[in-house]
Amino acid sequence: MGRYLKLSGLEPLVVTPESNFINVGERTNVTGSRKFLRLIKEQKFDEALEVARHQVEGGAQILDVNMDEGMLDGKEAMVHFLNLIASEPDIARIPIMIDSSKWEIIEAGLQVVQGKAVVNSISLKEGEEEFIRQAKLIKRYGAATIVMAFDEVGQADNYKRRIEICARSYRILVDNVGFAAEDIIFDPNIFPVATGMEEHRKNAVDFFNATKWIRENLPYAHVSGGVSNVSFSFRGNNTVREAMHSAFLYHAIQNGMTMGIVNPAMLEVYDDIPKDLLEHVEDVLLNRRDDATERLLEFAETVKGTKKQDESKALEWRSNSLQERITHSLVKGIDAFIETDVEEARQSVSKPIEVIEGHLMTGMNVVGDLFGSGKMFLPQVVKSARVMKKAVAYLQPYIEAEKDGKAQSAGKILMATVKGDVHDIGKNIVSVVLGCNNYEIVDLGVMVPPEKIIEAAQKEQVDVIGLSGLITPSLDEMVYLATEMDKQDMDIPLLIGGATTSRAHTAVKIAPKYQNTVVHVNDASRAVTVVGNLLQNNNKIYKNEIREEYDRFREQFLSRGKQKEYISIEEARDRKYKINWEDTKITKPKQLGVQVIEDLDLDKLLDYIDWSPFFRSWDLHGKFPNILIDDIVGEQASELYEDVKVLLNDILDKKLLKAKAVFGLFPANTINDDDIEIYDEKGKLKNTFLTLRQQLKKREGVPSLALADFIAPKDSGIQDYIGCFCVTTGFGTDALATQFEKDNDDYNSIMVKALADRLAEAFAEYLHQDVRKNHWAYAINEDLSNEDLIKETYKGIRPAPGYPACPDHLEKETIWKVLQVEEQIGVKLTESLAMWPAASVSGYYFANEDAKYFGLGKITQDQLEDYAKRRVISVEKAKKWLNPNLVEA
Amino acid sequence: MSDIHKEIQKRILVLDGAMGTMLQRHNFSEEDFRGERFKDFHLPLKGNNDLLSITQPNAVKDVHRQYFEAGADIVETNTFSGTTIAMADYQMEDLVYELNYQSAKIAKEVADEFTFANPEKPRFVAGSIGPTNRTASLSPDVNRPEYRAVSFDELRIAYKQQVEALIDGGVDVLFVETIFDTLNAKAALFAIEEVKDERELDIPVMVSGTITDASGRTLSGQTVEAFLISVSHIDLLSVGFNCALGAEQIQPYLKRLSRETKFYTSAHPNAGLPNAFGEYDQTPEEMRDFIRNYLEEGIINIIGGCCGTDPSYIKEIADIVKEYKPRQLETEVYG
Repeated sequence: MGRYLKLSGLEPLVVTPESNFINVGERTNVTGSRKFLRLIKEQKFDEALEVARHQVEGGAQILDVNMDEGMLDGKEAMVHFLNLIASEPDIARIPIMIDSSKWEIIEAGLQVVQGKAVVNSISLKEGEEEFIRQAKLIKRYGAATIVMAFDEVGQADNYKRRIEICARSYRILVDNVGFAAEDIIFDPNIFPVATGMEEHRKNAVDFFNATKWIRENLPYAHVSGGVSNVSFSFRGNNTVREAMHSAFLYHAIQNGMTMGIVNPAMLEVYDDIPKDLLEHVEDVLLNRRDDATERLLEFAETVKGTKKQDESKALEWRSNSLQERITHSLVKGIDAFIETDVEEARQSVSKPIEVIEGHLMTGMNVVGDLFGSGKMFLPQVVKSARVMKKAVAYLQPYIEAEKDGKAQSAGKILMATVKGDVHDIGKNIVSVVLGCNNYEIVDLGVMVPPEKIIEAAQKEQVDVIGLSGLITPSLDEMVYLATEMDKQDMDIPLLIGGATTSRAHTAVKIAPKYQNTVVHVNDASRAVTVVGNLLQNNNKIYKNEIREEYDRFREQFLSRGKQKEYISIEEARDRKYKINWEDTKITKPKQLGVQVIEDLDLDKLLDYIDWSPFFRSWDLHGKFPNILIDDIVGEQASELYEDVKVLLNDILDKKLLKAKAVFGLFPANTINDDDIEIYDEKGKLKNTFLTLRQQLKKREGVPSLALADFIAPKDSGIQDYIGCFCVTTGFGTDALATQFEKDNDDYNSIMVKALADRLAEAFAEYLHQDVRKNHWAYAINEDLSNEDLIKETYKGIRPAPGYPACPDHLEKETIWKVLQVEEQIGVKLTESLAMWPAASVSGYYFANEDAKYFGLGKITQDQLEDYAKRRVISVEKAKKWLNPNLVEA
Repeated sequence: MSDIHKEIQKRILVLDGAMGTMLQRHNFSEEDFRGERFKDFHLPLKGNNDLLSITQPNAVKDVHRQYFEAGADIVETNTFSGTTIAMADYQMEDLVYELNYQSAKIAKEVADEFTFANPEKPRFVAGSIGPTNRTASLSPDVNRPEYRAVSFDELRIAYKQQVEALIDGGVDVLFVETIFDTLNAKAALFAIEEVKDERELDIPVMVSGTITDASGRTLSGQTVEAFLISVSHIDLLSVGFNCALGAEQIQPYLKRLSRETKFYTSAHPNAGLPNAFGEYDQTPEEMRDFIRNYLEEGIINIIGGCCGTDPSYIKEIADIVKEYKPRQLETEVYG
């Protein structure tokens, strides 16, 4: 009866020193298996159970179950599935690993398993108090737990941090909670190797050493991990991945790893790995040579068996038939030969229009099919469109000479970004994609008033109207437009899209206002299908389906059982976040007052760019730089990255964009809990920032936050400070974009806007750091990498009005007054309070070390009325601006 | 260290036998069950044995007294169905606190009489916590395997109320017994830990599962070892088996349990297996001889009887345990 980790399902699992490596089945995890996710989403639980059964039959000794997916009710799915497993004795035989990043899902899981399960996972991420609370409950529910090497500062990514965090977690669990040491399983983070980044070279070695240290210094505790992470760089090359997994496991087990999440199908037998491959892999894992990564990458190409085509082969397609060549140019987005080929085609037909209707449409249909089936990605399609436009532009003079009018289009679509909003990247992408599917686009641009949309729709006799918007007030504009269209008895279907829109908002707020069809379209690929369905001859059925789907969705949404509870604004203020001001170090800014940066050298911003959102705007999802080597989108992402770098260099060389900023630092104090007064150097009141406070009922001891909590109250007698800023890299964008559009180059036109957005964000990051280190100078010794900056590991925050912590757009007006933004740098506010140029960022600076980002969530009527009083506006007006954050009456 | 911890190191402790069959010997009528207090209650009450602690306290006390006289060290309170969930059948959920409190109180009174008369042999009261009539990990509806008639939280809340009343009534030990479904037991243990934590008290806890048939598993499908692992997260006084099987059939499982657990062991088997009429034919002497095997093997610390047993069985058992040393715990030096 040693102190062994003992788990149970219907049968026991005892991990003794003699036990072999414990294999955790990982296919019943929605984050790791697309198939399992689909089965759960479609409620095909019988098939989902088969996945579990297959895992058990395949030798899994513990079954990992994870239901963390945004569109699932994770708690419900977890309980449902675990209950089903309980009635299948051949599955329930083995212990369950309840896997979630959400405590409520973990707890729901613990309440339905009779055996001793493993929780995956807890950590010190949210601080000691929460860690202890969760550990106590896990103990009481009778489970073991995985503890991630993660603390308040972040995830452990080197040897020292790994052992520090594990040791600290161990001591708290054993000494403070009374947790059985043998029930603790550490996950000291398996990270990818051979990423090309210097700091990742030791990822495997550090894991091995940390494992060894844990086994030697933390008695009875175990070590686990998700193995497939390590070979992330080699996605698409299973030979190398399988070898790497086995070699990693071999060394990890030698060092004391007892269990792990491994896909048995992705594992080579260690002894069967060819000696040369093993040597290269182990060089990387054990960091044995400086050039280990390069050597393995090179070697990997040879074992993959695919060599790059040489130059002569690359042009082989030129000897194919004319149609094949045109299709090839369109699919591959190659514009070098299109005019030659189109000219050849023109000479082979009687009327030039036939080239468009024949050759080009044949090619574009291939593009459409590939895109529709997920085999082409957005940037490729936009490139195809560029080739198409070039071809059409070449033919135009011939067509006009023939005077036989224009080609027959599949339909006419009006596209517009609504009044008050200036964001149009998404709208332009949808326009281009529809354009390549032979729809005629009437693009009204940005900030289009509703009257103009309706007028143009009637005059142009369009078949569909597409609306786009990014900021929250645009939602109300869309509702208004739908209402107006209904009044005028229009029968044109309405498409809704843009970052701030959602199916829920569309179904609940817009669809009921308009008797014709309203559809939410969340990405460009769906736009083609939706429009196609709407414009087919017999579209009644489709329209009815949409209507019914939205009606059903609305009913479900409105009758959701779980009503959230809210507390009054008074109670919320009582429960505000209380900083001990006596003990707080407040740094007086080195330079108070307003400063302007007229023209910053763009080169300075390059290191501050966060590229991941750039790829997202092209519907390519993944984290930079790993996205460049992703199995599915890696190739496209790399190509896009190459193209944007060309554009970026051009912009830098010719100074095509201008970076300007204005910022100010002021004495400030909080009054009446929620308002922040700011003063000039002489202490005279300059203006007041109004903040909003969380009202969702929380667990005892968890504060109800408002940004004002991070500034010392006036009655404390302590002088505090605040800052605010506006940066822009948008001047020059429109000119560039227009130039590209004139050249029929939508690809670069969209690219320049997406890039300008990134530069503006980079500028905000750069300026924030400059303020922290030099102007306010409260963090003079800060030394952070770009990655750290993206992860926001620095002290202090810069929340932006219109975003979760302070969704009130009206605050921008205050910032504009305080900094004289428009006069100083020319950035304007539209009537919906969007910033023009669009590539601009504004916000506040809070320096307090306790300041953190949060989401306001919903507020109730009492705060709304109180806010209207403080803002000195009518409740009606306040309601209009805060609408998305109001609890539904 | 509590008194029972001291006693259990010295000798094998004897548990009482069946309560239900002893009460049935009185042939109580509907009126007797109702007593004065419930004479106008809107539902039939005959068969609600737990209620007798209130309406016929002397009969219940008498059963306890007979077992103590036979040599029992521990008697169980008459609270096998004392939860809101089990009492729902009689619509007597509101009475749960009082039932448990009174049952504990009268058992304790009898125990104190005996301890006072013979301080050398202190007597204890174990608060009986039954499985309820619902299962948390099994669906009662074959067509809806994901459905559950009761949730962990419902059980936890019901058990917590029972535990608080038993403690208020003065029990020395809490006894989660006749466990068909381990998840129900885990909810009871969770509730006990909550009460211990809130009241900052430490009360010994005994756990006893039920192996339902020759497959060697609980009703909810767990093997002996899996069951043991699933309840060992709490520091228990003892773990064991009771009901469903006779002493002979339980022995192999008890042996496995004894080998694997760091806690003391208990058993209170039925008087053999029931005959075709549901009666138990095994004699006290026969049962005693099977139990002698436990003692010879040194696998038991607490021994008593379940269905079909009465004070004559307990007397036979109490007489032979004196000849044997209790099972020794493996002492380990923990790191």
